[in-house]
Formats: sequence, C-alpha cells, structure tokens
Amino acid sequence: MKLRQLALSAALALAAAATALSTGLAMAQAPVQFFPSLTGRTGAVAPNATPFANGFADYMKLVNARGGINGVQTMVEECETAYATDRGVECYERLKGRHGGATVFQPLSTGITFALMPRLAADKIPMITSGYGRSDTADGSIFPWVFPLLGHYWIAGDVVLQHIANKSGGWASLRGKTVAVVYHDSPFGREVLPIVQRRAEMHGFQVLALPVPPPGVEQRAVWLQIRQQRPDFVIMQTWGVMTATAIRQAVATGFPRERMFGTWWSGAEPDLRDIGADARGYNAVMMQHGQARDSEVVRQILAQVHERGQGTGPRTEVGDVLYMRGVVGAMLAVEGVFRAQERFGRGRHVSGEQARWGYENLNITQARLDELGFAGVLRGPIVTSCRNHVGTALTRIHTWNGTGFDWSSDWLQADMNVITRMITASSESFARDNNVTRRTEAGC
Amino acid sequence: MFYRENGQFQTTYQADQQIFPVRQDRLAILALIAFAFVGVPLLADEYLFRAILVPFLILALAAIGVNVLVGYCGQISLGSGAFMAVGAYMAYNVFIRVADVPLIVALLAGGLSAMLAGIAFGIPSLRVKGLYLAVATLAAQFFFDWLFVRVPWFTNYSPAGTAEVSNLGMLGWSIDTPLDKYLFVLGFVVVFAWLAKNLVRGPIGREWMAIRDMDVAAAVIGIRPMYAKLTAFAISSFIVGVAGALWAFIHLGSWEPLAFDINRSFQLLFIVIIGGLGSITGCFFGAAFIVITPIALNQMLPWLGSLAGVRISTAMVGHAELMIFGALIVWFLIKEPHGLARYWSITRHKLRLWPFPH
Repeated sequence: MKLRQLALSAALALAAAATALSTGLAMAQAPVQFFPSLTGRTGAVAPNATPFANGFADYMKLVNARGGINGVQTMVEECETAYATDRGVECYERLKGRHGGATVFQPLSTGITFALMPRLAADKIPMITSGYGRSDTADGSIFPWVFPLLGHYWIAGDVVLQHIANKSGGWASLRGKTVAVVYHDSPFGREVLPIVQRRAEMHGFQVLALPVPPPGVEQRAVWLQIRQQRPDFVIMQTWGVMTATAIRQAVATGFPRERMFGTWWSGAEPDLRDIGADARGYNAVMMQHGQARDSEVVRQILAQVHERGQGTGPRTEVGDVLYMRGVVGAMLAVEGVFRAQERFGRGRHVSGEQARWGYENLNITQARLDELGFAGVLRGPIVTSCRNHVGTALTRIHTWNGTGFDWSSDWLQADMNVITRMITASSESFARDNNVTRRTEAGC
Repeated sequence: MFYRENGQFQTTYQADQQIFPVRQDRLAILALIAFAFVGVPLLADEYLFRAILVPFLILALAAIGVNVLVGYCGQISLGSGAFMAVGAYMAYNVFIRVADVPLIVALLAGGLSAMLAGIAFGIPSLRVKGLYLAVATLAAQFFFDWLFVRVPWFTNYSPAGTAEVSNLGMLGWSIDTPLDKYLFVLGFVVVFAWLAKNLVRGPIGREWMAIRDMDVAAAVIGIRPMYAKLTAFAISSFIVGVAGALWAFIHLGSWEPLAFDINRSFQLLFIVIIGGLGSITGCFFGAAFIVITPIALNQMLPWLGSLAGVRISTAMVGHAELMIFGALIVWFLIKEPHGLARYWSITRHKLRLWPFPH
C-alpha cells in the first residue's frame, strides 16, 4: 500500500516537472510567426466552429508550403474555448506570450471579444473580429487594436433588410410590415438589433425581437410566438445548433423558409445539411464568399496540404462556407504581417504592435487576391485606414436549394450613410464613458 | 514531534479563545499570509496571476459565503450565481452613477444589495427545506438572469447588454497590473475569511450549526429559526455579493449576464461540496481543485498523449477534461464525502503524532 502511494506520488511529481520542462524545450528554434487559434470544437457551437478552425489551420500550412511569410514560417497553436467567455480569456492569457508572442487573436466569439478588448492595449496584441464583435470598432480612431475586417453586424443587418426591401418592391413597401429577429441571447445576438431598429424607424416597419437563451436546443416557445404574431420576415442572428433547431421549428410550425434570412453565421452547411430539402428557400447574407469548392485556393490546399497528409479535419469539408471563412481569416492575418514586414523588415519576425500597423494599412488589391487564389471568392480591394477598420463592405445573399447553395442576389453594399452615423455616435459615447481620446491623423 | 502544544499554557480567556490557540498554527498561518503577500509576487508570472490565482481567490471567497449557508446552516442554495450577479451589477451602478465613489465602497455596496436580495429570497427557507428550498433558490437564479438582461437600467442602457469598468484604483494606488489585482483581491479574501471564521466560531455560528443539525431541537432550546436562517442568508449573500463584484471588476473587467448563470451556481456548490461542507479551509481547497484541475488537464493531456505516442486533438482534450473532471468529482465524493478539508484535518492529526503513529 505504501509502495503504491509512493509510486503514485512520484509519478505525479515527475509529470508536473516534465510539463514545466516541455514548455521551455520548444523555444530554441528559428523565429516563427505565432497565430493562436481559439477554437470551438466542443459544445453547442462545435459543428460550425470546427470547420472554421480547420480552414484557418490549413491555410497557415499552405502559407508555409509556399515558403512562409517571406521566409518566416507560421505556427498555429489551438486552445479550446467551447464558446465560453472565461475559457476564452484563459486561453488568451495562456497563449499571448508563447512562441515569441502572439501576432493577432481571432476569438470567433463576440462575448470573448468584449472580454479581451480592455487587455489588448496593455499587451500590445491586435484582434481581428472579421464579421463579429462590436460594430462600432469599425472606427479605428477610438478602437486602435480591434479590426472587424470585411464586415460587422450592422452591415449584415442593413444588407439583409436591403435585400428584403428589394424583393418586396422597395423600402416603402415595408411600411406596416413586421420583421421578427430571432437572436442568440448574448452580446453577439443583440448586436444586430440597433441597425434593424434604426431601419424600422426610418421606413415604418415593426420589429419583433425574440431572444433565444443559449444553447438554444429548445425553441418551441419562440416559434409558437412567431406563429401567433405572423411576422412577414424573420431575421436569424444565431450560431451553432441554435440555427438548425430554429429552422426545424420553422418547418414544424409552417413558417415559409423563403421569408427567413440569416446573418453570415447563421446560414452554412452544418445548419442546413441535416434538414435537407425541407430547408429549401432559406436565405443567408454572406460576407463576400460562400461555398468555394472550385476556387484556386481550395485546389492548392488539397494539393499541398491534404495530399501530403497534413490536412486538419476531413477532406469533404474543404471549400465549405465556414471552412472558407477560416481560410479568409487566416489570409487576412497573414496579409497584415506581409504588410508590416514591408515597413519593419522583410523576412523578419513581426511583433503584435507592428502587425497592428499592418492591419491598419492593408491594401489588398484584386490582383493580389487572385495571386493568393481567391479569384471568384473575394472581391477587392480591401483597404483599411485609421478611421476605417473594416476595409470593404461587399456582401451577397445565398439560398439553400436542398443540397447546396445558389447565389440569389447581386453584390450588395451596406448604406454607409446610415451606418457611419451610428458608428460615430456609438464610438463617441464609448470614448466619453471610458476616457478615450480620438486618435488624430497624425497619431494613426 | 514539532506539532505538540506542550508548554503552551493560556493564562487569559482571550488567549484561550483565539482562533489559533496553538503557537505552531499561528506561526504557520502568519507564514502563509506572508508568503501570499510577499513570496507569491516574487515567484509568480502574469499568467499565473491572471488565470489561476485571482480566479482561485475570488471563487474561494464566494465559496466561503456559500459554505456559511450550505455547510454551516444547512440551507441548500442554488442561487449563488444570482447573488454574485446582484453584487456585480449593483457595484457597477454605484461605481458609475455616484461621482467619485471609492472602489471599496462600491464593492461593499454591491455586497449590501446582494444581502438584501438574499434575505428576500431566503424567506422561503422558513417554510421549505432541503430539495424544495434548492428549487426555490433556483427561482432566484432565473429571476436575476432575466432581470439583468431585460432591464437596461442595470447595464446603463448599453446596446450590447454588457457592463464594463476601467480605471480602478484606491487611495492613489491604481489597480492595473495583474500583481495589483492579485494583492487587492488577496486583501479582501484575508479580511473576509477572518471575519467568517470568527462568525462561525461565535454564538451566531453555533445557532447556524444547531439549525443544520436538527432544526426542531434547536427551536425547542430557544434558537429562533427565522433569525438564524435569515442571518445565514444575509451574511452568505453579502460575502457572495462582494465576491461577485470582485469577479466582475477585477477578474473580468467587462462582463455579460452569462458570466453569472446557473453554471456558476453549480460551480460554487461543487467547490463547497468537494472542499468540505462546514469548513473555511475547505473552501480554499475546493476552489483550488475546481480552478486548477481543468487547466492542468488541458496542459498535461497532450503531453501525456505524446508520451504514449498518441496525438490528442484539441476537441479530444476538451472532451477528456469534462470526463476526467466529472470522474474525479465522483471519486472524491465516494472516497471522502466530507471533502478535501477532511484529508487536511487527518493530515494535521497525523502530524501531531509524527513520528510516532499508532
């Protein structure tokens, strides 16, 4: 008995010592550009967040196969957050100093974004919140460290309403109608409400806000309410299993899927594949790209990463909507480093602060996008500046046809008059409450 | 051999009634507090402060509050997360709406609001017991979940429904770095642990324990159940409210109502059960277990897998964490239902006999 206890305690002590040592051993190598990946591979968002993480990792491997960022290899280390804010914060704290310092964080969660924003300036690490996070962070003069590249929820909401208006015959035709918003009851979900309410004021339609408490596997009450109130359209701002559950409930209560419009996290294969033909007609706004199985970058990933047995995740997933979003997220992260290297030294390791400059001075032309393999996937140019951390605001709507997606709208652009006014008001109130001074052009 | 009290004679009642009458205990506790204030800042790095020590201390403080109610007074409460939320949101409102209010006053105001909420939701305890009281306190949890999401006044009409604080400081000391936060929280925890220990040693604590052990008999010998139960709810909610305010202000900085949901209540209950019901030191053991085990598993599992030649994916680590954590809880409860504090008291007992066990 005593010998067993002795052996057990010795083994535990050895394990603890080895953990401490192993973290130190990885250090003595060539400088790498470290991109931490906060994943959601478990929990209620797993079906949707897993392809994103796989796409992100695969593109980083592709960059290495192409020769790295002017010779500097990328390194990805994953940390599981399960979409929980406190785990996300713990992952951030654990990873921010490793492998020479994190270059940029992409939390893939609005809740984690809110929790990390106060820490970025002190740690000097930028954050890309491409398509999520706080919409007013588009104003980089108040939020220097946060980059909602390619879009945020006010753009998404505005474009969805524009598409609805186009299909109904103009904004005036919406007067008197009701638009229900089924949203994830969290900062992520609530972020779309201001733009919908603003448009409701402008054009005279009613908004029916229906929060769904996460994880959202039980939505009978919400959809019963929709059946009673009979809104004309439903906008879905949901994520993870909540989306699929909502669509199933819509099928069960008979709400026409043609009148349902998801934002860009609420309209991908994991949400619709299992429902199949019943979900035909469901629409979602996409941040530029949708499914892209025929694109050049997918061909390169399959050839140079999956063929060599280094693929993260299954081959069948490559080219799916959320996989591509991970690829695009990785591409944006790497392009910022390329840009920073142009100023701070080609072929050298780039610090978080230098990368921030890179993300603020992006100029990704269509030629560069084609060179990287994104022809037909993304439309350039993506140009950021001190006051504009979004870069571009082009979107399209795609519709589920039972087995895949078809594009059902032209390129749509959000009405920046409306949105810029809202962003300025919101960022100014943030600056007032938190004693932040707006950066002038000189300080950018 | 070292832990004997031969030769230590107490000559005054005050000396006899102190918390640690044995000199070795006193020295050990003073050494521990000195190490916590001086030694840990010298040895720990930023990650340790931010991700392990500060959450550990705040959860231990909350567990002290829950232990007062569940462990000492025997009233099962599943609403601790809600009382943490009340403390956090009311401290936030006092902090931003009252000009130039000191940070400590705002935190204590949060605690006082939580105390009032605790008394209000503790009234069912006068009529129901056990599992039914647990369900009644669950109502508190859901009510406050709803309140802080739907009533925008609490979050100062923020569009996203989150609350955020910055520029914390007291008496010219600005609390920015992880070390500052750790020291600030440590001060609170030391003071509150000392207060709680004295409360449970005193007449009110004995009333609580009498109610816990057999409330009918306690009423027969003259202990007023209403007074005892409601003071237990009041003191417990005060401590939990202050812990909630600390959690929001110091650990999170910017929070949403989901930070204090039902999972937080369960977590506090698990800390108290695993640490040991009816023990102040048990709160610290339980909090250490709950905070450190998932992180340790997360870091050790890939390394263990690499030893065996198996590459464990991130998802697998996440799943294994949950499975192993759950299995450990079950194992602890089977092996030692009185919690980790019991292991500690057995260790102390053996130390008193060492090196001559019998």
